[in-house]
Amino acid sequence: MQVPILKQGAYLIASIQSALEDDDLVRLCDALSTQVGKSRARGVIVDVTALDVMDSFSTRTLVELATIIRLRGAEMVIVGIQPEVAVAVVRLGLKLEGVSTALDLEEGIAYLDGKARSSGKEKNDRG
Amino acid sequence: MLCASGGVSEVTGIVPRTMQSLEWNTGPARKEGPQVRRIDKRMQSSTANPDQNTMAAITSKAWPPAESEKSGTAYALAGVARHRASDESGTVELLRSLAHLLRENRTQLCEEWSRRISGASLLTAMTKEEIFAEAIAVYNNYVDALESGTLEALQAYARSLSERIIPRGVETREVIGIVLLLRDVLARSLFAEYQSDFSMLNRVLDSYEPAANRIANTVAVGFVQERERVIREQQEAIRVLSTPVLQVRERLLILPIIGEIDPQRARQLTEQLLRGIRTNRAKVVVIDITGVPTMDATVANHLVQTVDATRLLGATVIITGLSPEIAQTLVTLGVDLSKMNTVGDLQGGIEEAERLLGYKVVPISELAHAE
Amino acid sequence: MSRTRSRIGVVQPATGEAPVGEDTCVPIHSAADILEARKRGRELAVALGFAATDCTLVATAISELARNIVLYADHGEIRLNSVARKNSMGIVITARDDGPGIADLQRAMRDGFSTSHGLGLGLPGVKRIMDEFEISSKPKRGTTVTARKWKCQ
Repeated sequence: MQVPILKQGAYLIASIQSALEDDDLVRLCDALSTQVGKSRARGVIVDVTALDVMDSFSTRTLVELATIIRLRGAEMVIVGIQPEVAVAVVRLGLKLEGVSTALDLEEGIAYLDGKARSSGKEKNDRG
Repeated sequence: MLCASGGVSEVTGIVPRTMQSLEWNTGPARKEGPQVRRIDKRMQSSTANPDQNTMAAITSKAWPPAESEKSGTAYALAGVARHRASDESGTVELLRSLAHLLRENRTQLCEEWSRRISGASLLTAMTKEEIFAEAIAVYNNYVDALESGTLEALQAYARSLSERIIPRGVETREVIGIVLLLRDVLARSLFAEYQSDFSMLNRVLDSYEPAANRIANTVAVGFVQERERVIREQQEAIRVLSTPVLQVRERLLILPIIGEIDPQRARQLTEQLLRGIRTNRAKVVVIDITGVPTMDATVANHLVQTVDATRLLGATVIITGLSPEIAQTLVTLGVDLSKMNTVGDLQGGIEEAERLLGYKVVPISELAHAE
Repeated sequence: MSRTRSRIGVVQPATGEAPVGEDTCVPIHSAADILEARKRGRELAVALGFAATDCTLVATAISELARNIVLYADHGEIRLNSVARKNSMGIVITARDDGPGIADLQRAMRDGFSTSHGLGLGLPGVKRIMDEFEISSKPKRGTTVTARKWKCQ
């Protein structure tokens, strides 16, 4: 099952609609890392609200994706992790270190907007 | 009912809740000799030393009852019943006669019963008037059940009575005690009625006893069930209260933890906190553990996992009130405290949270000045 | 975290525990079967009245074990059944394959070990999120992992 990728302003949004097979997740990651350059996106949001399980494979894949996105000059945020899934991920011993998280899509966008504002201030101070 | 120990085992025995109607079993008709012996045996056992205070109160009166207790209304009824008491329909008929007799003597017997309740120091949480009012109501239901052989109305009354008296601290012991007292009071009145006719008395008691036992059972079981329901409700309430997730400002939650945390409570705490974060869309959570005296490695580990899981939902945790002992436990576990956001006390934690959320607390005087 | 030797390679006798209902067996051949296996596991946990978090933990453990089969053994099976003991219900997950087996179980149970790529947190992770965990493996004969989760009162 393919995950649609939407472009909203400077951000790419991938909303996972149901449990994903390993290959589909890998395909999504490939697509996002390609498109982030093509579309000159500043940020990527991966919405995992519909995932009822995040095991070591999917977590690892998402952590790798976040690293790639950062290397491509954008920021990635995972949104919508369910409370039970969060507990399972932590208890498995996975940390999602270096990955930003937010409650939901709205929060994810707010987070990226905040990032853009603060980095914009640093880069060219408009005074 | 004269045999004290027999009465107790009947009452505490298990009766299926689904039992809606009574079958009055009379047993095979007896010959004259054994009947007389049986009554003798009862008379002896009624004076035997009972184990419990309640039982002492119930059986303390001399048996047979004094002549003054005898009411003189039922000889005619006994005569009517005598011809029919040989079969089951006769039993029903007999119980109906008994019910009629007991209704006629209601006030007198209820007064006697109330006196005995007070005398046995039962229902001390209630006034004499209250006891008498309830006694009349229980008595009416009791006699109705005796007559109709159905327990629904009595069950419903027992439930509502329990609902009323449980909050006042009435105990199971007392409820069983008053029901047994009623059995005793009524049996004494029946004895007084029929003592001149042993064979009739025996039939009356054979009909009365199983019915009275089941009625006593129904009331006691109803009370215990109601009590258990109340206890379950309270346990649930305590569980929820023990881990309150409070919203102090928009997007800011506080979780004050008081008392020891065991793994079960730790789980609950985590689940409630994470759910609270989602429903309140919280960004910052202050967990105050000032009230937690000690923490073993398992629970400390759980706390760390809760902090990590909270982060995955996009919220930040600030821990306040970390005692030196618990800090030591965390360090021993290899927790990197520099990665945990800890602030000395709850006030400092809330201030830090407000800072993270972009709030600034300004005295009103300064605010007015600025305007 | 230290791993005790006694827990590894020893199948503990299941004392005072009785199977309830029928086994569910999901053959694992491809990545698609992982989803099927964990869906079945979650359904069973929900049916037994497990707490939401525990349902997710069961599904996650099945996901890890099934993926190990796909990655290392090509094919195998996940067997699920419910068991009852004194005053609790539980789920037993049995993951069996006849793949190459694990040469060094001690090492496989250490965090960060993997013969494939990545972080290799599979087995120790499963052990952490389940209540009981047993593994036995013979080189060239295959691996069997049995893990139990009991319903919290």
